[in-house]
Amino acid sequence: MSKDNQILEDFTSKEYEHGWSVNYEADEAPIGLNEDIIQWISAKKEEPQWLLEWRLKAFRTWLTMEEPKWANVHYPKIDLQGLRYYSAPKQTKKPKNLDEVDPELLDIYKRLGINLNEQKRLQGIAVDAVLDSVSVATTFKDTLSKLGIVFCSFSEAVKEHPDLIKKYLGSVVPMTDNYYAALNSAVFSDGSFCYIPKGVRCPMELSTYFRINAANTGQFERTLIVAEDESYCSYLEGCTAPQRDENQLHAAVVEIYAGTHAEVKYSTVQNWFPGDKNGKGGIYNFVTKRGICAGDHSKISWTQVETGSAVTWKYPSCILKGDYSIGEFYSVAVTNNYQQADTGTKMIHIGKNTKSRIVSKGISAGKSQNSYRGQVQVMKRATNARNFSQCDSLLMGDRCGAHTFPYIDINNPTAKVEHEATTSKIGEDQIFYCNQRGIATEDAVALIVNGYAKEVLNQLPMEFAVEAQKLLALTLEGSVG
Amino acid sequence: MLSIKNLHASIEGTPILRGINLEIKAGEVHAIMGPNGSGKSTLASVLAGREEYEVTDGEVIFNGKDLLEYSPEDRAREGVFLAFQYPVEIPGVSSTNFLRTAVNQVREYRGLDPLDAVKFLTLMKEKMKLVEIDQKLLSRSLNEGFSGGEKKRNEIFQMAMLEPKLSILDETDSGLDIDALKIVSNGVNQLKSKDNATIVVTHYQRLLDYIVPDYVHVLYKGRIVKSGTKELALELEEKGYDWIKEAVDSEATV
Repeated sequence: MSKDNQILEDFTSKEYEHGWSVNYEADEAPIGLNEDIIQWISAKKEEPQWLLEWRLKAFRTWLTMEEPKWANVHYPKIDLQGLRYYSAPKQTKKPKNLDEVDPELLDIYKRLGINLNEQKRLQGIAVDAVLDSVSVATTFKDTLSKLGIVFCSFSEAVKEHPDLIKKYLGSVVPMTDNYYAALNSAVFSDGSFCYIPKGVRCPMELSTYFRINAANTGQFERTLIVAEDESYCSYLEGCTAPQRDENQLHAAVVEIYAGTHAEVKYSTVQNWFPGDKNGKGGIYNFVTKRGICAGDHSKISWTQVETGSAVTWKYPSCILKGDYSIGEFYSVAVTNNYQQADTGTKMIHIGKNTKSRIVSKGISAGKSQNSYRGQVQVMKRATNARNFSQCDSLLMGDRCGAHTFPYIDINNPTAKVEHEATTSKIGEDQIFYCNQRGIATEDAVALIVNGYAKEVLNQLPMEFAVEAQKLLALTLEGSVG
Repeated sequence: MLSIKNLHASIEGTPILRGINLEIKAGEVHAIMGPNGSGKSTLASVLAGREEYEVTDGEVIFNGKDLLEYSPEDRAREGVFLAFQYPVEIPGVSSTNFLRTAVNQVREYRGLDPLDAVKFLTLMKEKMKLVEIDQKLLSRSLNEGFSGGEKKRNEIFQMAMLEPKLSILDETDSGLDIDALKIVSNGVNQLKSKDNATIVVTHYQRLLDYIVPDYVHVLYKGRIVKSGTKELALELEEKGYDWIKEAVDSEATV
């Protein structure tokens, strides 16, 4: 092995920071997946009959579906019957406000650096904290409700805003969309719901923090964001999980609806446990995220920083239905050790003068495989559609892989679609240059990687950009020494 | 300040340096000249700690310390600066950001507090004048899309910011037109003091018109085969390297 690789080797072997777990008394569904379990979950959540039927319909369709095999990822077959589909911390009574939430649960979030105490929190961010299958707390609810904004757990929304849920659930990602979306529709447990009324600009960042704690449990959350005409919101999602030897499944669905002149910014910092350096354990992250720019002049922007998970399969997409609507996708995906990521986006241009922009930055280290898969589709009536795609890959060492799979499907001659791609390596030259100026190797790698990902990190809300920068450095720590 | 004794180094098993001896005192400027492939750049790289080169024998003492025991970043922090022949591009990282990281890591090593943004910018403004470098250039990605002259000027600017004790200029004149050469040399001359030393590695005498050396050494086949004062450089300019090569080669065959 050359010196260069030795350096990279050392740098990529850093431990996962959020690998701890706590023991709490849990309220759990029996292991396995069948209609009884689905009824059990629905009853547990005191759901209306229509939702139970919706779940069962999804389940029956799912039974006829096949697991997708087209992604450039390899993993052993997941025993879906061997999983638990619901696990929640036991709380003697339902907390009415933050003060009544079990302090032990609040502590879990504190350890993750998320303070749920409103007084102590940074002003300007409201948080919904989801632990395994349930939401444990949502902050700043009252402040937001004065503006007519609904920000609460999905379960609560089902009870308190059934009409909105009925109208929008499955409207962007149909329950039968794909294998994992159908599974999620059948067994989803909790997640966040946001509703921004017409003409309202949400004054703070909305965020959900997902934490998997229980072993052998799948997390199936469901997020729904509805931005009515002329409204705006910025939403952030963060995730971590304990370090466990067995793989865990996370199959989420996120739906976004944007009305006329509405704008939604959705940012993700995904840091699920990636498995250890020998590739043992880690989260299987099979996620369906899609937004519809339903109204004219609407805009949906996805930004993701993906550093965790053993296997990632995720394509946040935009359906550009309204005329002059805009879709954006900014992504940094880092894979290290034995991680595999197959991620990208779909931009579907339906309306006239629609625009989309894709900036994807892949970083591969160790023995990982990192794929960009993106589709740009221009429909017949989408006159003057524009797309710009840029896909860059950065390789660290010589045992990782970077792959690009762009699909372009144009059905209107006025479309203008551009695709640029580059592949580069962090050179020993760059590191030596930094060293020669007195910069330690780890800092040099952080500097180089952050420079490379700058265009995407700039899209994140300020405080998260700082977090994301640290996370990038941490994920690659040990890959150069 | 710097004492090199019997230094041998090889790359992938091929010996390049075959016994270098060199003494440099504070306040001196030494020029290392020699034909292509004589080992000039290797010497610069070995002193800076580039890892492809393996030191097989000899020692390098820098201010009383065994330099070869130090990592490249610690050598830099101890005060060794290499102006690269081919400065490296780092996309997305501005020169300012890069230098601030460097300056503060060096300061930390020396037990000094980091410079805050204001103090750093003040220092930068002051040093920018030395090499007539534009602030716009410094907010761009490091060396990316810089012209040859801009890259070399940026190297000297970094040298000014880091205030090294020993500066090694590796073919700093290559790719420079006469105006840029004057600006760069002028910067180097202003940074000279009785407390620091400079090694100028060059193939041509041209640079030495501007940065006047106290000593000139001719490197050939990995050894210093001739040393002298600046007149030696002029002689080489006039007669080329062949007479030295012949002298050395005939001696070897005897």
